[in-house]
Amino acid sequence: MEGPLPMNLLYTDTEDDLRAAVRSLLTDRYDLPAALRRAESGDPYDADLWSSLAGGIGAAGLLVPEKLGGQGAGHREAAVVLEELGRAVTAAPYLTSSVVATETLLGCDTDSTDVAGLLTALAGGHRVAVLALPLTTPPDGPLPAAADTVTGVADAVRADVLLVPREDGLYAAETEGPGASVEPLTPLDLTRPLAAVTLDPAAGIRIADAATGRAAVRRGLLAGAGLLASEQLGVAEWCLEETVKYTKERHQFNRPVGSFQALKHRMAQLWLEVVSARAAARNAADALATGSPETALAVAVAQAYCGRVAVHAAEECVQLHGGIGMTWEHPAHLYLKRAKADSVALGSAGRHKETIAELVDLPE
Amino acid sequence: MTEATYATDAAGLRERAARLLADHPPADTARDDFLRARFDAGLAWVHYPVGLGGLDAPRALQAVVDSELEAAGAPDNDPRRIGIGLGMAAPTVLRYGTQEQKERFLRPLWIGEEVWCQLFSEPGAGSDLAALGTRAVRDGDDWVVEGQKVWTSSAHVARWAILIARTDPELPKHRGISYFICDMTDPGVEVRPLRQITGEAEFNEVFLTGVRIPDAHRLGEIGEGWKVAQTTLMNERVSIGGSRIPREGGMIGPVARTWRERPDLRTHELRQRLLTLWVEAEVARLTGERLRQQLVAGHPGPEGSGMKLSFARLNQEISGLEVELLGDEGLLYSDWTLRRPDQVDFTGRDAGYRYLRAKGNSIEGGTSEVLLNIVAERVLGLPSEPRNDKDVAWKDLSR
Repeated sequence: MEGPLPMNLLYTDTEDDLRAAVRSLLTDRYDLPAALRRAESGDPYDADLWSSLAGGIGAAGLLVPEKLGGQGAGHREAAVVLEELGRAVTAAPYLTSSVVATETLLGCDTDSTDVAGLLTALAGGHRVAVLALPLTTPPDGPLPAAADTVTGVADAVRADVLLVPREDGLYAAETEGPGASVEPLTPLDLTRPLAAVTLDPAAGIRIADAATGRAAVRRGLLAGAGLLASEQLGVAEWCLEETVKYTKERHQFNRPVGSFQALKHRMAQLWLEVVSARAAARNAADALATGSPETALAVAVAQAYCGRVAVHAAEECVQLHGGIGMTWEHPAHLYLKRAKADSVALGSAGRHKETIAELVDLPE
Repeated sequence: MTEATYATDAAGLRERAARLLADHPPADTARDDFLRARFDAGLAWVHYPVGLGGLDAPRALQAVVDSELEAAGAPDNDPRRIGIGLGMAAPTVLRYGTQEQKERFLRPLWIGEEVWCQLFSEPGAGSDLAALGTRAVRDGDDWVVEGQKVWTSSAHVARWAILIARTDPELPKHRGISYFICDMTDPGVEVRPLRQITGEAEFNEVFLTGVRIPDAHRLGEIGEGWKVAQTTLMNERVSIGGSRIPREGGMIGPVARTWRERPDLRTHELRQRLLTLWVEAEVARLTGERLRQQLVAGHPGPEGSGMKLSFARLNQEISGLEVELLGDEGLLYSDWTLRRPDQVDFTGRDAGYRYLRAKGNSIEGGTSEVLLNIVAERVLGLPSEPRNDKDVAWKDLSR
């Protein structure tokens, strides 16, 4: 079985420039202690930062065609943004609104005024939309049956619009409108808030029929799962870099602890996993961008691998930082929480392995 | 049109390849004659200098030449058989050799007329390679070598060897080593098969007794052998992990095929392990492909140092799973006869062979432990462990 080649697993100059812009914005303007204080107060988002990222840099519209007010770029570029957001464990509704909801809408009739208008608003970062499904929903398999209340909806507390899959089609409902309520929950990952969403079955306007709606939701979830791998890569990268930096500086037994072979081997092993996660994440982003027939496999492979790497990196980060790694002051815990939550978001590794088994014929 | 008018861009290389094929049609040309003509046309390794099989062209363009010649059915130089020469000896001769040495050695090496082996490891100096004790003593224009080497693949078919030997035991171990080209036909060279856990003798022990090596066969300065050896070793590690493989192209392939064909062998627990390893093998393949793309783009990444680690671990886990999956059949072994294969074969024969052979993957070409240290120190910049051997004369080290 030879996969279709060539895929491009490298970064283009444009992607490097985009990365530099996002990193510089986050370095200047994203402050983890402040983000933590906001998260504890129930609203983790910095509206000015989101406006700069989404509108100023134009990151929110990367997947949206230019005629709808977007950048007309693609998944490879959005993946680079997510790497940087992962590195900074940024609290921002990028994955949910700019990727999953945007991609879902792109699967609907973009000539319709409702869909086009919403896409344009999302692309400019003026509005935020999220899919009213639990964050754990995998891209394939049965969608949860419509319920009055959906729990575990990521970023709903910040959303203006909910995309609601129902039996007869896909609906868009205003969170501020009548018949909608958003009840914040206490999330494991403080930087990606969860909520229970309750909706009046009559709320919202229908933007796609049943078949189109289902396909659009799957498309949104597939893009989300594929690009989540890049966020996980970013989380893992930061954890490894910080751990290496710390163990070079921290002295015990009259030596930098990073000189002990037992620790060096663990960090080298982690580096190897990060390097591998990069190849898997790039492959998923490239497959999504090119509409490769192998996209489902590429996404499932990336998800079956990268989540575990991010969790491993974050766990090693806490452990190799010693006591300081267990404190609220050090940011390691935010990365651990994000990594662990990400590992079940959009389908666990085990769920994605079942998908792979089906795609490459490794039956029970 | 004269030679000089061909450019060394992709189009120019295609024209050169076309002319080579026109002047030496593969169907009517003896294999070695074609390879000689290809070398002389500068199409052997295009990034090598003019006159030494290359054109000083970008390394990435070799792929253009290879695909043109392959499409025309031209013979290749069987790089697996001559892997040590191509992967280790050639880059070292190119970098440190004199003009005479380059002209003498590179052409027959590339064509495969002369096979090379590597006399580095010793019974007492494996991972701590610089502790080696094989001595080379100056005698007029020659060096006289005494010692023993081990784990030498291809020694029984090799014409030449790259050899490191101690030329000054009074110096600390890294500084008293020199690097030589050893003539394997010298009467002082004795090659004995070294039988391994697979039953085969893929490697050899090499005993060096009064071997006379002319000083003209030294590579690099006296006492600079360790530095020269680094070039060899870096190339070895890249060549092990840098090649492109198709999906299910490695050890996972036979296991996945058995799984599909033999429902009677399947259990839930084996399936979970198989799926995990399938994913890891696919990710390793993608990582290798990404490294290959970086090389082609002219930006080699440090990933090469890690690929061998991944493949060693995966090969061991997958081949272990394969024996278990096969159950009763996994308990059988094809053949314990002592054989001396010409080339290294990780994947051939049956599951039991693969399982046993894979044990060597984390030892040969640098143990996984040493490679992890290299990644930690050279890639991540972590500090080295304190050492007490760096400034001590080799002769005073404990052994």
